[in-house]
Amino acid sequence: MKFKTIESRDGQPNATSSRSTRFLGLCLALGVPILVLFAFVFSPKDDTMDDAVRLLYVHVPVAIFSYIAFGVTAMGSIFYLWKQSRWWDTTAHASAEIGVIFCGLTLVTGSIWGRPTWNTWWEWGDVRLVTTLVMFLMFIGYLALRQVPATPHVRAKRAAIVGIVGTINIPIVNRSVEWWENSTLHQQSSLTDGNLEDLTLFTWFLGTLIFALAYVWLMIHRFRVGWLSSEHDALGYGAAIEERKAEAGIDTEAQAQASEDGGPQ
Amino acid sequence: MEFRDAWAIASKDLRIELRSRILTNQIAPYTLLILVLFGFALDADTQTLRDTGPGLFWVAVLLIALLAIQRAVKIEDDDAAKERMLLTPVHSSSVFLGKAIALFIQLFVLEILLFFVMLALFDLSVEDPLLICVSAVLATIGVASSGTLYGVIAAGVGVRETLLPILLLPVLAPIAIGATRTFGDAFGRVDADGWAWFGLLSVFAVVYTVLGMLAYGQLMEDA
Repeated sequence: MKFKTIESRDGQPNATSSRSTRFLGLCLALGVPILVLFAFVFSPKDDTMDDAVRLLYVHVPVAIFSYIAFGVTAMGSIFYLWKQSRWWDTTAHASAEIGVIFCGLTLVTGSIWGRPTWNTWWEWGDVRLVTTLVMFLMFIGYLALRQVPATPHVRAKRAAIVGIVGTINIPIVNRSVEWWENSTLHQQSSLTDGNLEDLTLFTWFLGTLIFALAYVWLMIHRFRVGWLSSEHDALGYGAAIEERKAEAGIDTEAQAQASEDGGPQ
Repeated sequence: MEFRDAWAIASKDLRIELRSRILTNQIAPYTLLILVLFGFALDADTQTLRDTGPGLFWVAVLLIALLAIQRAVKIEDDDAAKERMLLTPVHSSSVFLGKAIALFIQLFVLEILLFFVMLALFDLSVEDPLLICVSAVLATIGVASSGTLYGVIAAGVGVRETLLPILLLPVLAPIAIGATRTFGDAFGRVDADGWAWFGLLSVFAVVYTVLGMLAYGQLMEDA
């Protein structure tokens, strides 16, 4: 697989960017200040949540995209076991890393938002909080497994099974926490209530769009890093020895030709 | 898959454990030590220990399960036992089932010991013995089957001792919650219907047993 990336003089890629990622990055660079403006200046305070509502423009989109990211990991894992394709394994890995970052952001922003709104940093009885925390810890384990030295196929197979089993476990964890305390401080979706002001709703949609772009942009870059890394690993010691020989001025092609011709008399 | 093969593998593992005496000489005393440490940590207040007893029991079970799983993996590492097992005409699902049964029996024996010591140390009385038995059996099946599956994932890895808890403990969260709740109800410490958890513990046990039987063969060859 070849990417249309920036290449150095020897034809090797020296960056993971391409025309499409630079365009996406530009959209993000323009979008983030606009979101900040809408979130902090143009959108109004909420009647009940006051200024804390502004955190929801980050908290809700990162929560949504953390779930999407883990869903992509599960899908990539299933397809890897089916097709044995490196493409799917790299996709699953890239998405899990971004999912863990987004999931961590969800927990941190939710906790900061919960303090003024619920008067507590953490609530053990809340289903969504505890499920998200357990999911976060499960995928940290997944990433730890990916760091363990093994052949690419063995590592990918183990990670794929952990990714699938972890995803299957999420509804069981969710149900167990729901039965455990059966209480939630999370309000029903304000979107479906229709209680949000127009500008608040617009800012929330803008936040979702920005984080969707961020997810795609990060995915492409992380995928390319993962792909190039596996290409590099595949080259192995052979390429390293050739490089060292080239540095030492040993002409391996001439030697090979000489040995084919019968060698020096 | 043949159950006879599974039982042969289970009895092999149990025989090795009986001969090595690691279960009786090391893991069992460790189990008791955990209970004593909980007593120190939560002060000498018997009321607090009674209220938290069900949770402490299952935390202790999960900790000793990690040790038992590590042992089960090590048995296959020693003397190229795994390679020899791969050469035998035994289906991988039978191997999984056999190892899970052996782990279940070991854990269940340790749980019985832990249970009676906890009754004495924490001054607890049982109100619903049937609920205790049923929930302990289901939760232990869940721990044994998921532990056997994750054990083979972490097998053959240099950092197995640290990797296994990170992988397994979050997965066991439903067991920790469900079994603690049922024990709390059976001890009369919480106002909850412990039998309502029967379904969830069953689902967990069935899901992980089926997943383990499906995936074990793929993982065993690479372990």
